Amino acid sequence: MTVSSTKTNLDLTAERFSVSVQHEDFDLNTEHSHLVSDDRGIGAVVAFIGMVRDLNLADDVVALELEHYPGMTEKTLANIINEARKRWTLQAARIVHRVGKMHPGDQIVLVLTASPHRGDAYEANMFIMDYLKTEAPFWKKEWTPQGPRWIEARESDDHALTKWKKNDL
Amino acid sequence: MHLKVLYFAQLRERFGLAEEALSVPESVVTVADLIDHLGTRGGVWLETFASGAAFRVAMNQEMVALDATLTDGAEVALFRPVTGG
Repeated sequence: MTVSSTKTNLDLTAERFSVSVQHEDFDLNTEHSHLVSDDRGIGAVVAFIGMVRDLNLADDVVALELEHYPGMTEKTLANIINEARKRWTLQAARIVHRVGKMHPGDQIVLVLTASPHRGDAYEANMFIMDYLKTEAPFWKKEWTPQGPRWIEARESDDHALTKWKKNDL
Repeated sequence: MHLKVLYFAQLRERFGLAEEALSVPESVVTVADLIDHLGTRGGVWLETFASGAAFRVAMNQEMVALDATLTDGAEVALFRPVTGG
């Protein structure tokens, strides 16, 4: 399979671009193998994995619970991938986001991006995470020894998104 | 006009309600009107919407601005800014 232009990208089967919102953990090797499968045109794959930290705002975090808006979440993640495909040459992309209860050291989110050259895969991956953090309807609740609390959105996440919006001009 | 209104995360806990079917008067035209309307319930509703805290609105599962026009039968979701990833 040769991939020489964005046009060709759009002709690739939809299964090369997928999202999953799930309770189960994910395995990077399995996801990676499935993503690249028989596409020999892929020259670069970038993987981002978000993890649960044991410390936030100077308090111990013993558990984290992820709530989401079923239906809208999947649509939003698919839209984010479509936006990335308009800007960069991508041969494949996948987002896996976990929901439910997790603990420090657990994986929360996986973003895989594949392209002929590394630049597209790197940039698209960062773009997808920046959009996900401000647009996708997920909410985190932390359990600390003092009890549960909802995490508040961070201004720095909005700033990260602004960077891409400025690039549109 | 009939709406299905959903509340997530902090708002769901504060209102003690995840979802409700709502019949709103004709004066409720935009998302902002709906929020004012919910505020007339007083108590925790008024406190929440008058607090100045940021929140987001989705209509039929797409983010919308406060001046968006409501449509009959729409699914409207209210929540605090998102914190995934």
